[in-house]
Amino acid sequence: MDERNEQLNEDLEKDVCDTPVQEVEQEVEKADLHNEGIDGENEQAPVVEEKAEEKPEAKPKKKKAIARKDMTLAQWTWHEMKRNKVAYLMILPFMLVFILFTVFPVGLSLVLSFTNFNMLSFDSDMWIWFDNYLRLFFEDDIFLLACKNTLVFAMVTGPVSYILSFLVAWFINELPPRVRALVTLVFYAPSISGAVYTIWGVLFSNDSYGWVNGTLMDLGILDAPVLWFYDENYAMPLCIVVALWMSLGTAFLSFIAGLQTIDKSLFEAAAVDGIKNRWQELWYITLPMMRPQLMFGAVMAITSSFGFGGVVTALCGFPSVNYSCHTIMHCLDDYGNQRWEVGYASAIAFVLFLIMIGANTLVNKMLSKVGQ
Amino acid sequence: MQKMRVRNHQVVLNRSVGGDAGIFFFLAIMGIFMFLPMVYVVVQSLKPLDELWMFPPKFYVSKPTFKNFMDLFTLLSDSWVPFSRYIFNTVLITAAGTFGNLVLSSLAAYAVSKIPFPGRKGVFWIIQRSLMFTSTVTAIANFLTLSRLGLMDNPLAIIIPAWGSTMGLYLMKQFMDSSISDAVLESARLDGCSEFRTFWTIAMPMVKPAWLTLIIYSFQGLWNTGASAYIYSEQWKTLNYAITQITAGGIARAGASAAGSVVMMIVPILVFVVSQSNIIETMASSGMKD
Repeated sequence: MDERNEQLNEDLEKDVCDTPVQEVEQEVEKADLHNEGIDGENEQAPVVEEKAEEKPEAKPKKKKAIARKDMTLAQWTWHEMKRNKVAYLMILPFMLVFILFTVFPVGLSLVLSFTNFNMLSFDSDMWIWFDNYLRLFFEDDIFLLACKNTLVFAMVTGPVSYILSFLVAWFINELPPRVRALVTLVFYAPSISGAVYTIWGVLFSNDSYGWVNGTLMDLGILDAPVLWFYDENYAMPLCIVVALWMSLGTAFLSFIAGLQTIDKSLFEAAAVDGIKNRWQELWYITLPMMRPQLMFGAVMAITSSFGFGGVVTALCGFPSVNYSCHTIMHCLDDYGNQRWEVGYASAIAFVLFLIMIGANTLVNKMLSKVGQ
Repeated sequence: MQKMRVRNHQVVLNRSVGGDAGIFFFLAIMGIFMFLPMVYVVVQSLKPLDELWMFPPKFYVSKPTFKNFMDLFTLLSDSWVPFSRYIFNTVLITAAGTFGNLVLSSLAAYAVSKIPFPGRKGVFWIIQRSLMFTSTVTAIANFLTLSRLGLMDNPLAIIIPAWGSTMGLYLMKQFMDSSISDAVLESARLDGCSEFRTFWTIAMPMVKPAWLTLIIYSFQGLWNTGASAYIYSEQWKTLNYAITQITAGGIARAGASAAGSVVMMIVPILVFVVSQSNIIETMASSGMKD
């Protein structure tokens, strides 16, 4: 893509230098047409006309185009950088904020994870190198339990929500547009409704006024209310259910959109070629055509499957009963925001970062092999 | 040809009646599972006190009342920070954060998508990687940064980091890749249009669905901003935080807390209903290529 663009620019630059004025004006007319094509309104036109008048004066300033082969790679890069310097201006404000609040914190976490910094003292013997990591993996039983919980949580919610998002998107794809829009809303709404998931705490409340307890007791199935979110046996599975309930998010929308872009004639051709049912159609046509969306959806599903700490805290309390739902996020909160052991918390944050990036990279590698 | 069938006045291929029925059944079950909790919140918010504490609890309301919504107002105005202040804070954070994110991201998305500057692959690579981890990872380091910058207990501590959110940028860049042809931009450049002007008068009008999507993503995130470690004085707390406090209030406030949830959820849902077709259009190009 890049090479092609560079080539294109190079050619165009040559064009500018070599084209006589009349031809430039022809080009301008073409551009004019283009513009009207885009907007369908004439408000664009005056801008371009005004520009067209300026053009002949601006022309002599242009230097002779330099070809790629005349220069070393470094010279060429420098030349390209100068030529496109406006691009750096355009990304600068975003990159400043992005680097300061997203890239730099990851680096800072890594550095701080080698210290025992605690917000109070800054002294020379704060460098304890790998002690934090040794403590994490060999002494901190709660962290190891949290790792296990996080992985169980992510390995269930990630794939299940991913498959569910795809299946629902695929199933509703053939509905009439209005119905599809309505069904999309029903499935997507839980993921954007903020703290509405707390209603699960009401449904599964631990007294007899909770809907589940109340109904089961009324039917005579239960004698006494079950503690649900405060019971080791139920807390984790229930949290997974809630997580799945609100997991049809960005990936789901991406799948819906991707399915609509597939060329319908492919399916007709496939039917002629002997595709017998919808599952074969899915396997041989739909999935291969959807690969970019499937990769993007995977990233979304994995990232959100690691990010459910807040939901667990709201439903099970903090810490959850016997740490049955304690995740790495909770360890982080515990050491970072409550005990202020910033060095140790940074080590946890960095481990979490590595796990998330690792899981994403691994799954993307796997998906990019599908159908190749 | 047995595999052809007429459904809904259209000929469809490879769709058996049994399969359609099975799928309908699956969607119905799933739909009920998704929808019932949402219905229950609304039902709870309309129940009078005696129905809230009735055994066995009902999934419907016999004497609906808006008293819970009134209570929500009273409870919130009883606190020493007026209710309107929480709304103001949330609106301020949402508006300022979304606007900044829109301006910064669309400029950057245009540059990365349409200007072949050296390093743009690297920039996009790192942006893609940033989609792969959540902000929990950066929270502690950001606490240090923000306190060093003197932004603690200031709404800017939430607004400024939101400007650097990458989701909108990623979607917009992908959408620009697929929906703006290079030829159109080249002809504008040949006419001597500056890069900023090309961006503003040509590229931006062509990607309306993408910036609507960006606005909605940013909006959803910021609207649901709750208790934050960066803000501790009451007069800068958000609406979501205030409503969470009521929920935490327990038994007496069960109705008001359901009313609060309804208030919080209604806005993002309405916004999505209005913009759904644009979001879907943007999402069509969301795929990752490598």
